[in-house]
Amino acid sequence: MTSTTETRITIAPRPRLPAASSWTLTIAVVVALLALLPLGFVLWATVVTGWETALQLIFRSRVGDLLVNTVLLVVLTIPICAVLGVSLAWLTERSDLPGARFWSWLCVTPLAVPAFVHSYAWIGLWPGFNGLPAGVAISVVAYFPFLYLPLSAAFRLLDPALEDQAASLGLAPFAVFRRVVLPQLRLALCGGALLVGLHLLAEYGLFAMIRFDTFTTAIIDQFQSTYNGVAAYMLALVLVLCCFVLLGLEASLRGRSRYARLGPGVARRPKIARLGKWKYVALLLPAVTAAFALGVPVLTLSRWLIAGGAGVWRLDEVGLALWQTLAICLIGGLATTAAAVPIAWLSVRRPTRASRFLEGCYYLASSMPGVVVALALVTITVRAMLPLYQSVATIVLAYVVMFLPRALVSLRASIAQVPVEIEQAAASLGRSPGNALLATTIRLAAPGAAAGVALSSLGIMNELTASQMLAPNGTRTLAMAFWALTGEIDYAGAAPYAVLMVAFSLPLTFLLHHQSKKIAGR
Amino acid sequence: MTFLTLTSLRKQYGSVAALDGIDLSVTAGSRTAIVGPSGCGKTTLLRLVAGFDAPDEGGIVFAGQQLADARSQVPAHKRGIGIVAQDGCLFPHLTIRQNIGFGLEAEASVKNARIAQLMDMVGLDPAMLARKPDQLSGGQQQRVALARALARKPRLMLLDEPFSALDTGLRAATRKAVTDVLTAAGITTLLVTHDQGEALAFADQVAVMRAGKFAQVGSPREVYSRPVDVATAAFLGEAIVLPAEVADGRAQSPLGVLPVDDIAYRGKAEIMLRPEQITVAQNGGDGVFATVAEINFCGPISDVRITLGDAFTFRLDIPSRETLSAGDRVTIGVAGAAHLFR
Ligand SMILES: Nc1ncnc2c1ncn2[C@@H]1O[C@H](COP(=O)(O)OP(=O)(O)OP(=O)(O)O)[C@@H](O)[C@H]1O
Ligand SMILES: [Mg+2]
Repeated sequence: MTSTTETRITIAPRPRLPAASSWTLTIAVVVALLALLPLGFVLWATVVTGWETALQLIFRSRVGDLLVNTVLLVVLTIPICAVLGVSLAWLTERSDLPGARFWSWLCVTPLAVPAFVHSYAWIGLWPGFNGLPAGVAISVVAYFPFLYLPLSAAFRLLDPALEDQAASLGLAPFAVFRRVVLPQLRLALCGGALLVGLHLLAEYGLFAMIRFDTFTTAIIDQFQSTYNGVAAYMLALVLVLCCFVLLGLEASLRGRSRYARLGPGVARRPKIARLGKWKYVALLLPAVTAAFALGVPVLTLSRWLIAGGAGVWRLDEVGLALWQTLAICLIGGLATTAAAVPIAWLSVRRPTRASRFLEGCYYLASSMPGVVVALALVTITVRAMLPLYQSVATIVLAYVVMFLPRALVSLRASIAQVPVEIEQAAASLGRSPGNALLATTIRLAAPGAAAGVALSSLGIMNELTASQMLAPNGTRTLAMAFWALTGEIDYAGAAPYAVLMVAFSLPLTFLLHHQSKKIAGR
Repeated sequence: MTFLTLTSLRKQYGSVAALDGIDLSVTAGSRTAIVGPSGCGKTTLLRLVAGFDAPDEGGIVFAGQQLADARSQVPAHKRGIGIVAQDGCLFPHLTIRQNIGFGLEAEASVKNARIAQLMDMVGLDPAMLARKPDQLSGGQQQRVALARALARKPRLMLLDEPFSALDTGLRAATRKAVTDVLTAAGITTLLVTHDQGEALAFADQVAVMRAGKFAQVGSPREVYSRPVDVATAAFLGEAIVLPAEVADGRAQSPLGVLPVDDIAYRGKAEIMLRPEQITVAQNGGDGVFATVAEINFCGPISDVRITLGDAFTFRLDIPSRETLSAGDRVTIGVAGAAHLFR
């Protein structure tokens, strides 16, 4: 998107919005306002607290410790994930690594294992492993797929002619990689790194299990023990500021544009590097990664399952948790996708400055950590709308705020594939605009909507932080039950819940992988 | 002096033989054009010379050095061969300045001076240096690509249809500019194109390629006037092919008795005339009588179908004239010798 097209849009006389768009726009604005509620709440809380108290609560050694922990965690984890992601993506996409397809699937599979299950698996094997080293190691295996996925897609889209050209200008292979390939991976690197960073800031279970304090764990401790509201709000404020720092860094590093291929025709197939005698050394990397990211969870889980025997499968409790999880996933997934429809349609069919701004609001809102969203919704409902406290409506709203972009991406891609003429044809046959939209585009975009439901459900299934704080009384999702049992050191009893979460996440993870391939055109 | 030698190069893609035994020698400082229909293997040949792909068989010797044979090959970055691809292939993430300076290793001031000099050489405004490639027109991108390849002073330059993205007017101008730059720098050049006019205008040596093989290699005049077979003749331009009875350097043909360029041959054969050898006269003159069977007006020229007796017809483009119309009797004259296919 160049700046010229933007100016053109503002200069052109704006056509009056048809009824359908104005309705859609209204709904999209309402959803955006709801999504920004948590962020607004944190600002409001800061103002209400007053400068003096706020400064007192922010500038104390506890916050300093947490900040050091957070910075070290982010600064160590992201580069390791990036190097691992680039190496694995190169090996699986651009080299003749034996079984490249197989390894590529294995590199995505860790996403099916919730982060706190990763950490449960590690301390199952190494009970004494904790603190920063454990935090970094477990975060790397849990989150590197967020970098691997976009990077492998970017590798597939590179035009190999550019690399040939660079070689003919006298660059040795490594220099070609550094000066031509890496710069073109920048967008994927920045996007993936941001995602990893936001997860590091937001994650609770992973770090609580290994006793590594971050802002999120500190806020939850505060919330659960003393319910010291003001202190929790100020920690949330610092956490939100950390998120903004990450967002700002990413925006400034990402650069201005995506690098479209110049020139006509289709790019050649990329050249596959021959590893030769290095083949077996190279195999070590995906093998070791898979051993830690998948082998460790499999090993621990099977150990506990065997130790627990049939006794841990208390069908009434496990069954109830499964049923409640599936129900909340379905409701949450459907609500999230429905909330994404207006903005998805607007951004494809009526792309204006306003629609781009709204979209930005959704992304900003969803990058707020779950603990902040939950804290805000708890406080607002307790103070102003008590009947909604710990209701299904509130927890679903939290999920919508957190996972809307997942549904938006899928929906937008499939709406863009439906020709606008079909919608117009339906309108010309006497349907009202809203009706025409429902009968055509929404119907035809159904596969994308289904993918959106699936991907947001995946997020909901493995969500722990917000669920714990917002779930209605008597609700116990798989994640919550797992967490409660590990809290009681009943590791064997927790295993079935972890197995179920992984089993239900696996197909959704593969869907994610498949989708990223389709977007890359292969 | 032979500068580049290709010997029986072969390259197979699955069941397609993209190159099927290519032999070529190129002298230092010369310009060679490789011309052939789409898909005949031109790009593949350049990729082998540049070192982007390895030949299955055969060898490449460049300036006395063996660049590739069946077993080993010198990697592209050590060859010192410049290439300008079909679509320019500029680095989209770099500015024009960075693109041109990409292969230069020098301190900033030297580099900038060289970049300015190159911009001037290819006739581009230095104000463009700060732009990104997607802010340039197709023709400008081609010139930047040429400047980038020239920056390293390559001893051999490979041009893969560099003008095909340009419109007709710009095409001739850019070709002229590129030819001048390369001649001034004394760089040996290999140009690939599927435009026969371009090949004939550009080169000292033309290689006509067909299905992975060279049908003929020679000077532009030679391949145009004395093609080895009918297909080559037709590819290089309009050709009128006539059956004839040949003896002692003369051919008995539907257009009368014509001198041929082969005095040794005797017997039945096909002979060829180029349209510029033929004159169509309306009121008498030397030659054979014929009838205008059909005439299509196309502006400055007209496309006419001419029948000789009732046995033989051929098509011809002639300058348009008011008075000529279908059914008219004309006299066909022939200048120069016909070419004999053996
Ligand atoms: N990477 C490849 N894999 C398989 N076949 C290929 C590959 N590259 C080229 N070919 C085949 O080799 C033949 C020659 O291709 P090449 O690109 O050299 O043609 P060309 O003469 O440059 O054509 P054009 O004028 O259209 O550019 C074609 O039949 C093509 O289909
Ligand atoms: Mg080609």
